[in-house]
Amino acid sequence: MSVNPAMAPFLDPNSVKRGLSRRKVLDKVFVIIGLTVMLACLAILAVLFIDLIKDGSERFTWDFFTNFASRRAERAGILAAWVGTTLIMVVTAICAVPVGVAAAIYLEEYAPKNWFTAIIEINVTNLAGVPSIVYGLLALGLFVYEFDLGQSIAAAGLTLALLILPIVIVATRESIRSVPKAIREAAYGLGATRWEVTKDHVLPYSTGGILTGMILGLSRAIGETAPIITIGALSFIAFLPESPFTSEFPFISFGWLNDPFTAMPIQMFNWVSRPDPAFQANAAAAGAILLGMTLMMNAVAIWIRYRFRKKINW
Amino acid sequence: MSTTDFTPALSRSALRYRKLRDRTIELLLLAAALVAVFTTLAIVAILLIESSAFFEHVSIVDFLTDTMWTPLFADAHYGILPLVAGTLTTTMVALIVAVPLGTLIAIYLSEFAPHRIRETVKPILELLGAVPTVVYGYFALTMVTPALQWLMPDLPGFNMLSAGLVIGLMIVPYVSSLSEDAMRAVPRYMREGSYAMGATRLQTALRVVVPGAFSGLAAAFILGISRAVGETMVVAIAAGMQPNLTFDPREPAATITAYIVQVSLGDLPHGSIGYQSIFAAGLVLMFLTLIFNVVGFSLTRRFREAY
Repeated sequence: MSVNPAMAPFLDPNSVKRGLSRRKVLDKVFVIIGLTVMLACLAILAVLFIDLIKDGSERFTWDFFTNFASRRAERAGILAAWVGTTLIMVVTAICAVPVGVAAAIYLEEYAPKNWFTAIIEINVTNLAGVPSIVYGLLALGLFVYEFDLGQSIAAAGLTLALLILPIVIVATRESIRSVPKAIREAAYGLGATRWEVTKDHVLPYSTGGILTGMILGLSRAIGETAPIITIGALSFIAFLPESPFTSEFPFISFGWLNDPFTAMPIQMFNWVSRPDPAFQANAAAAGAILLGMTLMMNAVAIWIRYRFRKKINW
Repeated sequence: MSTTDFTPALSRSALRYRKLRDRTIELLLLAAALVAVFTTLAIVAILLIESSAFFEHVSIVDFLTDTMWTPLFADAHYGILPLVAGTLTTTMVALIVAVPLGTLIAIYLSEFAPHRIRETVKPILELLGAVPTVVYGYFALTMVTPALQWLMPDLPGFNMLSAGLVIGLMIVPYVSSLSEDAMRAVPRYMREGSYAMGATRLQTALRVVVPGAFSGLAAAFILGISRAVGETMVVAIAAGMQPNLTFDPREPAATITAYIVQVSLGDLPHGSIGYQSIFAAGLVLMFLTLIFNVVGFSLTRRFREAY
């Protein structure tokens, strides 16, 4: 019986051993490369973040939070910016969360499987991939001019609400989907209607996921700069919007919705683009605060997800 | 014991009320879901309407072939090419960073990393995806550009290289997290089959898992490209705002997005040609994103492995 010469190396125990040890070395080498690259990437990002905080550290004073923007870097602060950001986030949350959750409920619990539902689903997926500045253009044409909201807090809040809608929808759908079918069927078996099943059984179980999605969406919205520059956020504002709380009945006013605004990322962008290095420290400080806000929101989201997951045992 | 005096728990009218309420709620929920459809329609409509006003003044041929973009100057030129070149150049630089690094990290995390490392790194990667892009812009301008200038002394203060590198670094966590998900979705028995043939982990990773997850990887890259193309703040801060027809990343150049920001920062009157030009630019941006997505989708379809 003759052996095919091409097979020879595979029949020689020594050559097989050599090949094996070479492959094992390659394996080890890859582990080292992979770990190094990953740690290097994380390290570079860590260095950048630490540098940001260091650059801004001299500005972390009380005055920085209570002063308006100013021509002089040492006296400039972020008062108008953080008030603006807070108010915009309120509008965004109030608009995006109910609509997003309702859309997710529809798609998961009600929607029939047909082309119409498919269109809605494709739309949600595609919207998540639209560049954020395009939302800015949409808002400029639609909210600012067509609806005549002007360059106001309401327009900015609505814009960011549209932007985070897909995030809220996707997160809510995922958490609704993780509720076992048996729960629904048990409720239907007792004669509950579809809405009763959703409201009394599915939604309570998916609260954790919905909250997580809402916070992740808002943490995305808080850092978005491009769309609100596009609708015309001002970068130099030395006054606050009208207060939402008034001393007379009914104690709440909505005048602030129509006021011009600035926001944290806009303020930071404005300071970054100035050539004077003194303003770079302001930019770093604003950036560090913005970063702190987003990371904190994300940490809360992760914590909620963890809490709810632990509490539920199917 | 009599069964004849049975009274239903709900009267007929209560049942009817329940039915009506359920129907109303369903319609409200449907209306919420339709917001997504209307958003898409509104985006397309606004871009097309404002752009068509723009193209009444500017011929499409000039728009696509002129090599100068100076809509706000007295001698106005409306050639989109310089902006497209800027966008493609920064995107290319970003991809050269993000694709190899992202894939490498994903392979390591999915196939080699011990459980503890993976469970620690994955949340960090997701957290990094949430960092505001304006913060990355600050990094590019004040840290990466000086570092590059130390390497290349005649690099200008605004350049596409620094912006592209930072965008790349910014999308590495995003791409690697998505790619890792795709590789984890490859069934376990395929790996075990490969191990049983005597393959090492590296061989299994490169010849079984990566091909098996290819459609997911392609989708991850496409999402990465979309983010790089649409990225605004990093380029607006670090790459300069001068339209410049070049593919040399060491030069400053405006991208499509940077131009939109530049115009928005000024106070252009509603309906002026400058105002309309940002919608035309936005239309081109949407078109570029669409092209990448269509290519990505067809790649995904072609290489999809069904288990």
